[in-house]
Amino acid sequence: MNDHLSGYALALGDDALVAAQRTGEWIASAPQIEEDVALGNIALDLLGQARSLLTYAGSLEAPQRSEDDLAYFRDAAEFRNVLLVERPRGDFGAAMARALVLATYLGELYERLRTSTDEMLAGIAAKAVKEVAYHRDHATMWVLRLGDGTEESHARMQAGLDAEWPYVDELFDSSYVDPRLVDAGVAIDPSGMREPFDARVGDVLAQATLQLPAVRAAEGGGREGRHTEHLRELLADMQGLARAHPGATW
Amino acid sequence: MPDRRDWPLFEVFVRSRRGLSHAHVGSLHAPDAQMALRNARDVYTRRQEGVSLWVVEAAAITASSPEEKDAFFDPAGDKIYRHPTFYDIPEGVEHL
Repeated sequence: MNDHLSGYALALGDDALVAAQRTGEWIASAPQIEEDVALGNIALDLLGQARSLLTYAGSLEAPQRSEDDLAYFRDAAEFRNVLLVERPRGDFGAAMARALVLATYLGELYERLRTSTDEMLAGIAAKAVKEVAYHRDHATMWVLRLGDGTEESHARMQAGLDAEWPYVDELFDSSYVDPRLVDAGVAIDPSGMREPFDARVGDVLAQATLQLPAVRAAEGGGREGRHTEHLRELLADMQGLARAHPGATW
Repeated sequence: MPDRRDWPLFEVFVRSRRGLSHAHVGSLHAPDAQMALRNARDVYTRRQEGVSLWVVEAAAITASSPEEKDAFFDPAGDKIYRHPTFYDIPEGVEHL
């Protein structure tokens, strides 16, 4: 059972870690300095969630692994994140489309995980749920303004949404969660979150005069370690320093 | 939305805790007031500096002019009777 719990925490932790790194890439590249700070804050929230989840996942393994072992010394094929979070940065419209999808999904997930029978997961979720509520608000503000803005902002926001939407289905694929964990009230079956997710995102898109993309789902596989080239590039950047100087500390 | 170089300037006020007044902490640019409020949250309350935020478009503030400083403020200079310093404070009163 511990194997499955560890794998569950690892998958959620990898989602948060890769999303944090990708979001952090905006620092010094956002449209304005205030947005650099906003995205920096969001990236740090996600990094905090990743640290808690990875520390917990590693503590359940035998032999145990630290958060740093898991973050810096695994190769792409050992990562269990969904493909959405490793998507290339793209323009600001694509980034806000991804941010809205991720924050809405994480909001539904953490809201349910707060009452997990696993105290550690419940505690992590209780802290994270407030953080992702703000992330969702931030992304919503931008999607509304860009979608219902100028002709160019509308076109680019819609294009960003169309590009990211094929990666939505994978978020709700429950095949990576052991049904016994769900039965025990430890883990959340993500397929049950699809309806409220669609309703929330649908509201925002309608207000923003954007169309729900009618696109085919991309092939998933992130939860089994089948990743795109984009993750390898992201990891090279994120892991380079730690691997060049193993064991280095501040 | 106007070009971001034309985004208006907003002045930011933070109330650091209940019972205190909002105090001016700085300014920032934003496309509108709602975004300014969020930017202010991110820029000025990252370290738990406050429990409430106000943003005001800088153009909406009417300020006293430096040229009028003498007429505005100097006449109060010699009117010491406006200060409550002529009372004997009874012994044992701490908060007066």
